[in-house]
Amino acid sequence: MASRRQALGHALALAGLLAGAGLFPRLAQAYSEQAFGARTLQDALAALGAGALSESGDVTLSGPDIAENGAVVAFGIGTALPGVSRLLLMVEKNPVPLVALFQVSPSVEPAFSLRAKLAQSSAVYAVALMDDGRALYARREVRVTLGSCGA
Amino acid sequence: MADPMRIRAQAGGGKATVRILMAHEMESGQRKDEAGRIAPAWFIQEVSVTHNGKPVLSAEWGPGVSKNPYLQFVLKDARVGDTVGVQWRDNRGETRSDQATMA
Repeated sequence: MASRRQALGHALALAGLLAGAGLFPRLAQAYSEQAFGARTLQDALAALGAGALSESGDVTLSGPDIAENGAVVAFGIGTALPGVSRLLLMVEKNPVPLVALFQVSPSVEPAFSLRAKLAQSSAVYAVALMDDGRALYARREVRVTLGSCGA
Repeated sequence: MADPMRIRAQAGGGKATVRILMAHEMESGQRKDEAGRIAPAWFIQEVSVTHNGKPVLSAEWGPGVSKNPYLQFVLKDARVGDTVGVQWRDNRGETRSDQATMA
C-alpha cells in the first residue's frame, strides 16, 4: 500500500508542477452560468445584458424547415453588420434555450455553423448582440418529426 | 482522456475555413436511462481557438449542442502553414487541446 500512496503523492506533485508551469492554461472568460441556467429566451437575454430586441434582415439564420431527427439539426448563424460583439443561437422550446454563444473578434468572420438539439418543434433564433447594446435577431420555425429526448 | 478532435483548416485567398469535429457525449441532463434514472449533464461549456498561438475566438455552449459537436467558421489573415489550436473544457472540468496546420 505504501507504494501506491507514494505513487499518488508523486502524481499530485507532478500535477502541481505542471499547473505551476502553466501547462494547464485557463480559458480567459468565465462561463455564463446565469444565461445558460435561464429557462426562457427573455431570461437568457436579460442575463447577457441584451438591450432592445428587434428583428433584422442583416442577421442570418440558415437551417431546415423540417428536421427528421431533433438530436442533430444543422444551423448557420451570422451577420454582415459591423460592431457585433456576440452571436447567439437559441431554441425557444428547449429546456435550456441558449445553445451557443460566440465572442466575435476581428480575426474571425462573424458567421458560424454548428449542430443543435431540438427537444420539439420550436422557433429558433440567431441573435447578434451589438457593441451599442442592441440585440438584433433572425427567426425561423423548425418542425421536428422525431424529438431529441431532452435537449 | 477524451478522444482527439478532428481539425481541418483550408487556406485560400487570405482566409481559411476551419472545420472542427469534437468527440463528446454532450449529455443534456434531461435524459433518463432504462431504470428511470436521469443521466447527469455532461457537456462542453467553453471552446477557444488560437491562430499561430494568438486567441481569435471563444465560445460558450449549453447542453443544446449536439453530441460530437461540429463547428465551422472562417479565419481572416490566414495562410498555408499557419497553425490552428482548439481547446475545450466541459462541465466536469475535463479539457482537451488539439492543433492542426493549414493546408
